[in-house]
Amino acid sequence: MIHDLWLVPAFPLLGAAILMISAGRLPSRAVALVGVVPVAVSAIVSAIIGIGFMAAPPSGHAFTEILWRWIAIGGFRPAVGLYLDPLSLVMMLVVTIVGFLILLYSTEFMAGDEGYSRFFAYMNLFVSAMLVLLLASNLLFLYVGWEGVGLCSYLLIGFWYQDAANGLAARKAFIVTRIGDTGLMIGLFVLFTHLGTLDIQPLLHRAASVWPHGSAIASLATALLLIGALGKSAQIPLQTWLPDAMAGPTPVSALIHAATMVTAGVYLIARMHGLYMLAPAIQMTVAAIGAATLFVAAFAALNQHDIKRILAYSTVSQIGYMFLALGVGAWTAAIFHFMAHAFFKALLFLAAGAITMRLEHHEHDIFRMGGLAKKLPVAFWSFLIGSASLAALPLVTAGFYSKEMILSETWAHGGAVPILWAAGLVTAFVTALYIFRAVFIVFFGEAKTPIVGRYGIRIVLPLAVLSVLAVIGGFVETPNGLGGVTIFSRFMGSVFGPAPLAAGATETALLVFASLVSLSGVGLAWLLYMRPAPRFAAWTQTPSVVAWRAFFLSGWGFDVVYDRLVVRPFLYVVRINRHDAIDDVYTGIAEASRGLHRLLKLTQTGRIRWYAGWLAAGSILTIAVAVIR
Amino acid sequence: MMLVWLILIPLLGGLLAWPAARLRAAAARWVSLIAMALDLLVLLLVWLRHAGPIEITGGGRWIAMFDAPWIPQLGISLRLGLDGLSLLLILLTIGLGFVSVVISWTEIGERVGAFHFNLLWTIAGTIGVFLALDLFLFFFAWEIMLVPMYFLIALWGHENRIYAAIKFFLFTQGSGLLMLLAILALVFVHQRTTGTLTFDYFRLLGTRMSPSTEMWIMLGFFIAFIVKLPAVPFHTWLPDAHTEAPTAGSVILAGIMLKTGAYGLLRFVVPLFPLAAIRFAPIAMLLGVIGIIYGALLAFGQNDLKRLVAYSSVSHLGFVLLGVFAWNALALQGAVMQMLAHGVSTGALFIMVGALQERLHTRDMRLMGGLWANMPKLSAIGMFFAIASLGLPGLGNFIGEFLILIGTFRVYPAFAVVGTLGVIAAAAYALILVQRAFHGPPRDAVAAPDLRARHLAVMAALTVAIVYLGVYPQPVFDMASGGLANLQTATHGVLKLAEGDPR
Amino acid sequence: MTTIPLDHVLILPVLLFALGVIGVLVRRNLVFILMSIEIMLNAAGLMFIIAGARWGQPDGQVMFLLVLTLAAAEVSVGLALIIRIRHRLTTLDSDAADLLQG
Repeated sequence: MIHDLWLVPAFPLLGAAILMISAGRLPSRAVALVGVVPVAVSAIVSAIIGIGFMAAPPSGHAFTEILWRWIAIGGFRPAVGLYLDPLSLVMMLVVTIVGFLILLYSTEFMAGDEGYSRFFAYMNLFVSAMLVLLLASNLLFLYVGWEGVGLCSYLLIGFWYQDAANGLAARKAFIVTRIGDTGLMIGLFVLFTHLGTLDIQPLLHRAASVWPHGSAIASLATALLLIGALGKSAQIPLQTWLPDAMAGPTPVSALIHAATMVTAGVYLIARMHGLYMLAPAIQMTVAAIGAATLFVAAFAALNQHDIKRILAYSTVSQIGYMFLALGVGAWTAAIFHFMAHAFFKALLFLAAGAITMRLEHHEHDIFRMGGLAKKLPVAFWSFLIGSASLAALPLVTAGFYSKEMILSETWAHGGAVPILWAAGLVTAFVTALYIFRAVFIVFFGEAKTPIVGRYGIRIVLPLAVLSVLAVIGGFVETPNGLGGVTIFSRFMGSVFGPAPLAAGATETALLVFASLVSLSGVGLAWLLYMRPAPRFAAWTQTPSVVAWRAFFLSGWGFDVVYDRLVVRPFLYVVRINRHDAIDDVYTGIAEASRGLHRLLKLTQTGRIRWYAGWLAAGSILTIAVAVIR
Repeated sequence: MMLVWLILIPLLGGLLAWPAARLRAAAARWVSLIAMALDLLVLLLVWLRHAGPIEITGGGRWIAMFDAPWIPQLGISLRLGLDGLSLLLILLTIGLGFVSVVISWTEIGERVGAFHFNLLWTIAGTIGVFLALDLFLFFFAWEIMLVPMYFLIALWGHENRIYAAIKFFLFTQGSGLLMLLAILALVFVHQRTTGTLTFDYFRLLGTRMSPSTEMWIMLGFFIAFIVKLPAVPFHTWLPDAHTEAPTAGSVILAGIMLKTGAYGLLRFVVPLFPLAAIRFAPIAMLLGVIGIIYGALLAFGQNDLKRLVAYSSVSHLGFVLLGVFAWNALALQGAVMQMLAHGVSTGALFIMVGALQERLHTRDMRLMGGLWANMPKLSAIGMFFAIASLGLPGLGNFIGEFLILIGTFRVYPAFAVVGTLGVIAAAAYALILVQRAFHGPPRDAVAAPDLRARHLAVMAALTVAIVYLGVYPQPVFDMASGGLANLQTATHGVLKLAEGDPR
Repeated sequence: MTTIPLDHVLILPVLLFALGVIGVLVRRNLVFILMSIEIMLNAAGLMFIIAGARWGQPDGQVMFLLVLTLAAAEVSVGLALIIRIRHRLTTLDSDAADLLQG
């Protein structure tokens, strides 16, 4: 079965192709079928492959399949090949299963949209490209998936193309990520030029043997790859596109901008972790960027009004945790958090979609919601479970185990970096605060917007399944104090090496401490938003607080800075040179010859006496010259 | 002899199409189609029937060769040769020739016979350029290619056609004159050292001359070809010519004729003057990089859809210039791939613009927007090729750009890095095209029928081609490697002297 | 018989020629321009005769006959043109005939 790995990306691609070629002529039932079934089949095939892989791992815990020779020029021989190891297996399972659930949800959520068929075509294309990204055995082929998901992200953010603002958000997403992709591409040049291959596994082996620890070239290559990862995973300084990307339909936000594509950067660094271990400085940078991002984005999330923007900043922040984990060498923890995050953030987005689709005018502003707990119990419970998992409420949520693993390993990474650990801890508090702020404002208090419609099974089922996953997904890896399950880290061991042993007593202490932090965040949210004290309300209106809130609302002003520093100069240059200054040179030459022509034309008067006069003058001059010489 | 037929068939087809149009307009179109089909058949026959490669001392291996005296007193002969490089380009020429005839079916209604005559003659000239291995013959074919194109623009173009046609003519004739002078200089220098007067490519290879002479003659060729390519700062004829030409003219111009400039650089400039070319490479590559960025910036600023596409060509051909002067296997293969992919994708974009103009009677994007609602097929295809043009992996343009850049990175990393930044600008102009033409709120004024079967078939073929180049390009590389090896054989001995050169 | 110095003899045709030139340049009437041209031709003819006399050669007179015939032909063509111009432009002003102005 493992040899049928190529079927996993092939089915969604086939689905996309059918939907594109049919050009919207299929009835919507058929579209739904063609849209969902390929991904379902992919999920089943992945599951079978996954079970087979775990039951009888291939030699070396990895499986490579070359599909065809793509390019072979001299020593440059990238192949179209797939590579399956525990890392890509976990990612593949998450992508296909979550993808299937979200597509199922979409068949109802998007019902009646005029671009129904287009939507599923793009979504299938996305799943296929994402799988290519994960399974590629070669960095160039990985790059195909990398840009492919970027394209689908662009297409789906701008899905409702009639609104120009969506188009702007889509272009912003594509171009900002492409800035990162350029870094990745140059990184590929460096890697190939110095190591002579782009096949990931041979490349890692060669790098380890050729490049000394901490060598400059390794730092350069990893830094360039990091730029790519930053763009795709919306980390500082390339994070600005993700909140705007919420212009797309909610299932898109759930699948692409929460669960899968935005974690591609995490995957890339985890996949190339061998290189990063050679460049400790850059690895430290990864951790620092992750810590900065998770902190910055959490404060931004705390001040948003739009429910989807809260979740978007939350995504940026959570991916920051993954980067922090990568940066401190907690590879397994990063992937573990990726998995948990995929479950609970997809759940949160789908629940948010379930809320907005039932509100009149598809209201997105949390302050116009309120009192929805009774009216929309399905959405309430799923959103609550998702929030609990995001806030890392102890013991019963997946988010707790994964975040705890990151924090404890950040602590264990050494005393030199308590600041990173502190950032993670503070942010854990803020995370609980901002998500329960949303919970309390949206679901409690008085109702402000009327409710319409009802849910079908295709909405409820994905929410239910994801709720379960958001709870039990964490039980594959628990700390020593809580059972010490190590299924996940043992499984990942063949990729990342043995998991570090955590110090017993300290670990338990940290665990308790972190749990208290999360709970106190929830508590504070309850105090502030359920029982708002008048003094708190007054404090939020003081000028300096208002200014800070506006600053956080705008995402710390990054957009303004980029607008001034990059966008406007670019547009200015384009505008002043719209008519091509170089052409003016040629126009100048043409004009100069015209001017000469005009001057010469003056002599052609048409008057015979003038000609005769010139003739006489010329003759006299000639004779004079002849005589005098 | 088959090679002569490759050129003769379009010439005869053109002569036949003109009077045929007096019977019925469709007759001229069918004659042209049949001529293209026959030409393709001949090309395939040559390709399949060649028993074994023909060895030319110092010139590599060739698929087919033809040689007959023409003006023996002056050492001018009819020498034609086909290697992998010219085969690929001729294949592209014939393919786009087909496309041009088909898309002109409804667009051209006046002077149909003369139009097809000019179309076929310019195609014949181009094939001649790709085959000629005698410098005089090359120049001759070069002129045959240009003059009918002048008429195509001047007679069947849009509003400002006379201006554009004259500009095109002045630029190309000026550069042609420079090339003629350079050819004569090379021939006389060769005569002075060896005593024989010849225009033969293989005999002129490896002509000994002083470095400064070599540099000057090389510059003559170089400028002649980069005007045609076009590279900054000689590119300004291109947007005007493209914008004003009829659709078929734009397709031929962008798809094929620009490649003659690149082909000239590959076939003549570097092999004939390897040392000068290598010394000059940094400047040439700098021009290429400037072209990439400058073209992209200008493309972003245009309101006229056709001008946008035209400036994007400047950007794409900048990559080719970069690749040619990097002169290693990766970059050269990339340049060839970029030429083919650019021919297909830009050709398709011009067809898309032509179809829009036929329907909306404007190319101004300020008057478009929301076309997707009315013309989903045209818009989807337009978007596909816009995305191909921004270099999406999995499509041909990406392969070309990536290979060029990775090849360049080995010799001049800085140029590769700056060139890579051009890819960002490419995303900007391609996406603004999509936004301004197809997305946004629909306008009532633009209600017009979607693409019809004939255009859809053409676009489907081009789509298949660009996907094929992207996912399974190896046959193209295998084919081109023979031709590129020929070029590298020619420079091999000389470049060996420049030890330490990482190529 | 005293011989007149050659220099003195030459002054006459030179003066005549200069008169002709000035006439062409100054007069606007086409008939006068034609007459001035005649004067210039005759000045040239006189020069030939003087030269023939000076060296005792018949060539000078032969050339004069040639100039004479030429002048006759020129006058006939010139008058015909003048009549046509008069016909078209209803004036004999040479400056009116400036259709070739650039």
